[in-house]
Amino acid sequence: MTGTVTPKARLTPHDRPHSYVGRSLSRAGAKRAVAGKGRYTDDITLPRMLHAAFVRSPWAHARIKGIDIAAARKAPGVRVVMTGAEVAKLCTGPWVGTLTCFPTMKSAPQFPLAVERACWHGEPVVMVIADTRALAEDAAELVEIIYEELPVTVDKTTALGPGAVVLHPELGDNLAFEKTIDIGNVDQAFESADLIVEETYDFARHTAVSLEPRVLLADWDAASERLQIWTSSQTPHMIQHVIANTLGIPDHNVRVVAPDVGGSFGLKIHTYGDEIATALAAKVLGRPVKFVADRLESFGSDIHARENLIKARMAFTKAGDITAVDFDVVAGAGAYSQYPRTSVFEANQILNITAGPYKHKHYRAKATVVYLNKVPSSQYRAVGHPIGITVGESLLDLAATKLGIDPLEIRRRNAFPDAAFPTKTASGVKLADMSFTRCFDVLEKSIGYRALRADQAALRKQGVYRGIGLAAFIKGTAPGPNGYYGVGGAPISAQDACTIKLEPNGGIICAVGVTDQGQGVNDVMQQIAASALGVEMAAIRIISGDTDATPYGGGTYASRATAIGGEAVHQAARALRAEVLELAGVLLQAKPETLDLISGKIVDAATGMERLPLREIGRIAHFQVGQFPNTVHPQLSHTRRFRLLDDLYIFTNGIQAAHVEVDMETGFIKHLKHWVVEDCGRVINPQLADEQVRGGCVQGLGGALYEHCVYDENGQLINGTMADYLTPMSTEMPDIVVEHVVTPTSASELGAKGVGESGTGAAPAALMNAVNDALLPFEARVTAQPITPESILIALGRV
Amino acid sequence: MKTEETQEITCKVNGERITRLVPVRQHLVDFLRMDLQLTGSHIGCEHGVCGACSVRVDGKVVRGCLMLAVQADGQNIVTIEGLTDSGEVADLQAEFVERNALQCGYCTPGQLMTAAELLAEGEISTREEIRTFMSGNYCRCTGYHAIVDAIETTMKRREEASRAPRPAKGKA
Ligand code: FES
Ligand code: FES
Repeated sequence: MTGTVTPKARLTPHDRPHSYVGRSLSRAGAKRAVAGKGRYTDDITLPRMLHAAFVRSPWAHARIKGIDIAAARKAPGVRVVMTGAEVAKLCTGPWVGTLTCFPTMKSAPQFPLAVERACWHGEPVVMVIADTRALAEDAAELVEIIYEELPVTVDKTTALGPGAVVLHPELGDNLAFEKTIDIGNVDQAFESADLIVEETYDFARHTAVSLEPRVLLADWDAASERLQIWTSSQTPHMIQHVIANTLGIPDHNVRVVAPDVGGSFGLKIHTYGDEIATALAAKVLGRPVKFVADRLESFGSDIHARENLIKARMAFTKAGDITAVDFDVVAGAGAYSQYPRTSVFEANQILNITAGPYKHKHYRAKATVVYLNKVPSSQYRAVGHPIGITVGESLLDLAATKLGIDPLEIRRRNAFPDAAFPTKTASGVKLADMSFTRCFDVLEKSIGYRALRADQAALRKQGVYRGIGLAAFIKGTAPGPNGYYGVGGAPISAQDACTIKLEPNGGIICAVGVTDQGQGVNDVMQQIAASALGVEMAAIRIISGDTDATPYGGGTYASRATAIGGEAVHQAARALRAEVLELAGVLLQAKPETLDLISGKIVDAATGMERLPLREIGRIAHFQVGQFPNTVHPQLSHTRRFRLLDDLYIFTNGIQAAHVEVDMETGFIKHLKHWVVEDCGRVINPQLADEQVRGGCVQGLGGALYEHCVYDENGQLINGTMADYLTPMSTEMPDIVVEHVVTPTSASELGAKGVGESGTGAAPAALMNAVNDALLPFEARVTAQPITPESILIALGRV
Repeated sequence: MKTEETQEITCKVNGERITRLVPVRQHLVDFLRMDLQLTGSHIGCEHGVCGACSVRVDGKVVRGCLMLAVQADGQNIVTIEGLTDSGEVADLQAEFVERNALQCGYCTPGQLMTAAELLAEGEISTREEIRTFMSGNYCRCTGYHAIVDAIETTMKRREEASRAPRPAKGKA
């Protein structure tokens, strides 16, 4: 792709001299945020705005025998109090969080607020709308609810056993979903194995803890029968449909705007009853209503994730080749399957990706997802990957130790070689355009692997116990339309879109269906559009997060924004560029092929000589369009949609390494340094990609070290504050070195894969392997996350 | 039911003298955000852990969610808006942008408030020390590395600038 420019060998958008692809430009939105000028949903105040507060179930499971709202109704500033039954009556019907692509799954119908029964601690039961949030909370305290406490199911391992309380009797049992993959001859492979390693892994339930909680502001215009929503969301179009459908309003009469979003991580792609009820209240009252979850409410109503128990084993030859993988996942979902994305993806994804980098052939995996009296669980950053990757990588290390093979060597030995792609994993997912070999080489150099090992051995002699943990991974990004959501019946688009327009002054308006939560999605779209079109960054304005102003799209989830949305932008910009060159050709009486658009100027492609500024095309095509012959009809606006075709995902790959020191007296872990080498295809903005990886890693490390939604035996969530639920602080986290190997995906012209979640996916595995490596001289191992100091002391037999 | 009990306070906010009637139970950040529309200070937990609500009161960074608005009577309050207008941390803010030391930006005003305090000490800190100093300000997006980088770079630049010989007169 190098060499001199000739009229024949035209530059591609990626290697034009002025291309913005591959450049670390800073984000426009960042300038506002550092000045305190960010505009988050809660920063918006409307005239006559009211506030919602919710009375939530204090019990994990209880029949609602009576609700007395008389006192609350009379409280100062109260405008309306609605029970679950009243809200339900105004809804078109309940949701059911199932997808037809999971034929065996079942779930119970769910209304925005609990109606006859509350099924988790924190489930909203009554809504109070008042002049201020404080007054709404005062009145909420006056609501009297008579509950009959019911027995609970909180342990996933006994939820299907005899005598377990069935959450939803109409479902027959607590089974949400069951699936088995059985490929090759697993039993035989284990029988003939030289070595079998086997362990049970326990992953605690955790949650997203976006620093900005969930928030929604709704305003109903009775005259036009239109509902306007501002909400902290990743998926405005999905929310538009869910609210419209639940409230019985045509979708196109609901406008959803996502202003600045204060962190989301998958938390804000779901349907929450309190938000829907808030929108309903705005419609009932004809006044704007705002709901902001406080932190306790967030812990008790934001989706939770993980909570998996996995019994797993792996078979090996003496030489260290994996011959078979066999595991059984039990996942504890919450009280309902979360609508509309369900609560079974995590387990399903574990089945897809465990031991995914490796070329073994016999694979059996079973997932069982059960209902529990807890907050519903669903998709949170890197769905399933932290678990599947930890299981595979941990067993691999265990085998390496037993076989006396170096952990990096055993990975090299088993990973698909770079020439193997496209190929399929034993679990059946397609892998393409990957680079394990190169990633391993880069990592080895980057961390100075041999020296670090030597250092480790020397320090051990001095009683300092350090560990090096590796975790190779595959990560599913940018899902296609044939796998799950849309094809399963959910109102979720796997396709995304861009509409790009030329304005009279040469400015470009670029509206996209994907959304930005601070990753820099808008900036990346701008870089792609500027490069594909041939204009300067400043000429482009990106519009996102507004259903009235953007083409229909799935929004941002599953690391899809750049890979899917970016390609739509690329294609739309190319289409506009082609038209601009056509129009320029007419005006200049030149063949379009002899012209080029570079930095906002039409130039002679052969000589680079400037012929016409783009703004002239805009001006003439809008204001003096009569200059064109009658056969020429400038459109100046192009929409392109893009989807992955047949594949489930665009998989990315890479390897992470953690270097830790464990204090054997206290069980404290000091994370010294962390490395990531990954291949997200073409990197549009290296700095933004790196920061996605770093932030993702720390979120994964949080799960591995601290995060845990703790429930007692009665289903009470007992750590619903940020003082009790620990998330990583700066002092505990290491510097993180990020490097990229670039293998563009063949699924798109742009070649970008997803990057937002791979940090989260593999960091817990690297960390756990590092801890176990440090514990090696003591023949102790930990297999549960979070890895607490206590769990280390228990493993060491010290407590 | 009695209605909201209120009290009049007079304080200085970002250099302006403000007199308002506030509910006695309202915390300082709600007052700043709702009554003064200074929405740059954020609420992440309302129980003193996350640091998103950090503001400067009489020269010290405090958690605005742990202080009542009535306690601000007679005090001098600086929020991110005031800090920005004063130019005191313009270099740090520029470095945050340059280094992408923020993603969603929700924690950022608090991070800047706290970092300003560290920078004002005028000493060079190690990365470890920066990490420790900043530990009361949670960030869920960045993983902290870039924040530490931005503070460290600003610190070093200031140090260099303070050692550089002053230009004789006028602009350098
Ligand atoms: S909102 Fe004050 S510390 Fe979190
Ligand atoms: S940038 Fe989002 S919480 Fe820090």
